[in-house]
Amino acid sequence: MVHLVTAVIKPFKLEEVKEALQAIGIQGITVCEVKGHGRQGGHTETYRGSEYTVDFLPKVRLEILVDTGDVDKVMDAIAKSANTGKIGDGKIWASPVDRVVRVRTGERDTEAL
Amino acid sequence: MSASLTPDSSSERSTVRQDPDPMTGRPRRSFVRRMLDPKRLVVSVAVVAVVVTVAANTAFAQTAVPEPTAADKFVQSTNLLWIVVGAALVMFMQAGFALLETGFVRAKNAGHTMAMNIAVFGTGAVGFFLCGYALMFGGYYVAVPGADWGYSHAIGSALIGSGQWVFLWKGGWALTGGKFVTSGAVLGFFLYMLAFMDTAATIPTGAMAERWKFKSFVLWGFFCGALYYPLFGAWTWGGGWLSQLGNSWKLGNGYVDFAGSGVVHAVGGVAALTGAFVLGPRIGKYTKDGRSRGLPGHSLALAGAGTLILMFGWFGFNAGSTLQITDGQFGLVAANTAIAAAFGCIGGMFWVWKRTGKPDPGMIMNGLLAGLVAITAPCAFVDPWAAAVIGGLAGLFVVEAVFFVDHKLKIDDPVGAVGVHFVNGIWGVLAVGIFASGKYGIDAFGTGLGWNSTTTHLDSAGSATGVTGILYGGTGWGQLASQGIGALTIIIVMGGVSYGFFKLSNLIFTGGIRSSAEDEIAGLDVPEMGVYAYPDFVGTGESYAEDETQSKIPYEG
Repeated sequence: MVHLVTAVIKPFKLEEVKEALQAIGIQGITVCEVKGHGRQGGHTETYRGSEYTVDFLPKVRLEILVDTGDVDKVMDAIAKSANTGKIGDGKIWASPVDRVVRVRTGERDTEAL
Repeated sequence: MSASLTPDSSSERSTVRQDPDPMTGRPRRSFVRRMLDPKRLVVSVAVVAVVVTVAANTAFAQTAVPEPTAADKFVQSTNLLWIVVGAALVMFMQAGFALLETGFVRAKNAGHTMAMNIAVFGTGAVGFFLCGYALMFGGYYVAVPGADWGYSHAIGSALIGSGQWVFLWKGGWALTGGKFVTSGAVLGFFLYMLAFMDTAATIPTGAMAERWKFKSFVLWGFFCGALYYPLFGAWTWGGGWLSQLGNSWKLGNGYVDFAGSGVVHAVGGVAALTGAFVLGPRIGKYTKDGRSRGLPGHSLALAGAGTLILMFGWFGFNAGSTLQITDGQFGLVAANTAIAAAFGCIGGMFWVWKRTGKPDPGMIMNGLLAGLVAITAPCAFVDPWAAAVIGGLAGLFVVEAVFFVDHKLKIDDPVGAVGVHFVNGIWGVLAVGIFASGKYGIDAFGTGLGWNSTTTHLDSAGSATGVTGILYGGTGWGQLASQGIGALTIIIVMGGVSYGFFKLSNLIFTGGIRSSAEDEIAGLDVPEMGVYAYPDFVGTGESYAEDETQSKIPYEG
């Protein structure tokens, strides 16, 4: 079985998270620059004397397909390496994946990881 | 905008007097004449010696001979070079404006804003070439005994007004006409003036950005080059009524504006104000309860580069306005320009920091430019300490002006053109009447002929006074009055003309001069110009991967 681990983290933590994942043998990561906010919402800034709201802060989203047995290990590795202890550190979630195909070879599911 | 004597040059006073104007019977100020004036050659000798030893030797041999020698002509050419180099520097400021304004708008309007800043050079120049120059300088003439430099006789004469009260000139339409001499000096002077016109014409494009129909903007360019800019220009640099207030009403040396705080910046800035007012604010700029919302520009990097390019070009704007490299005053002018820019920069920075809690990068840029705008009129007449005061206050004024225009008047000016060019252009005009030291402009056009050919206020030796502000007594209050009349003329008359133009344009163009709400929300790049400034922004190219040569890996499903 395969799970999809999705993590939203602070952009400057990407390098540390990548190294932590490589250290536990994770080979494939998809990264996307995204924007969003969590519980604290956005904040206001001043531009040329007029306020504007920054509702969505820049974040990085990682998507990692992992063997179901490795999910906790992967989530722990991300949580540890992405942590700063301050607001806006992000979230990690995992969801079951119905099926997976490797495009080049046509391999399926765990074979495709 | 004129050449003048260095403070210590009274000892070299020439016996050659300017011929009176054939129409008005009075001597008129001149630029090119002074560039050629044989008496200047004494000062020029050092310059010539450095450049060409042979020419210098010849120059030493003569002091006040009216007939131009080879050495005279060499000096004339060198001074002309200064004008042409200055013109090129001022034209490079257009790149600064283009980057500054484009950086301050949102990405969806970047192509539209950049296109306006480039097209305005063309439209404005065509208008200025066809009739603008004739209206501004048609009656302008320079008397240089023994030398035909193109301006020994006026090309034309007064179109409206006469004597000390000329309002427009005529003659030299499209740089042609019976009396028009296509000499290098005349055309070099035209080129320099063209570059200044371009600066004024481009100022409203910033204040009116992100919502101005391109075809309405095109009409503005022609109008500004053909009539709007030459109008106030004729009254001041062309020798019209404002420049003659020293003779007509005995107010100092008349309206004095060395490089154009008023003629270029405030005149362009007041059009920015009226244009932005007629257009109305951008969609989303004000909330329903009337609160101003910040709409950050898409690239502070472009805007910052533009600011520094503008400062570079400004040395052609101000120092070049001596119109002669043999007038060493350009060194003081250039230094004052840099000093005011520096004090404007930190003035704006610290003031916005105090007012908002952060040193807003856009305001640091606006502060630097405000210092440059404010020092443009007084740069040749004030001491360095005064340049520092003028620049520092300009930085403070620009922040307050931007806040006032944005929060109180609720006129939306995306780049701060009103605060920078209008408010500080007026400040620069008035600063002449306050800080001018009286050291420069003494006998500017010959013995007894002061700045703007002012013949009043002679001392016991028959020498004309220099341009003097109230801090230095003398003709100070009269000078400040002249500057005040000039400032009021810009605000009321030029403000009225530009407001009328934009209101009339609103009637001429179907649907008015403002883009449709739909286009504005989409960004003007595609609806108006047909192309995005940043096509990658929306994704192209990547999907055209139709390469049949790639090996096909069988999919074994």
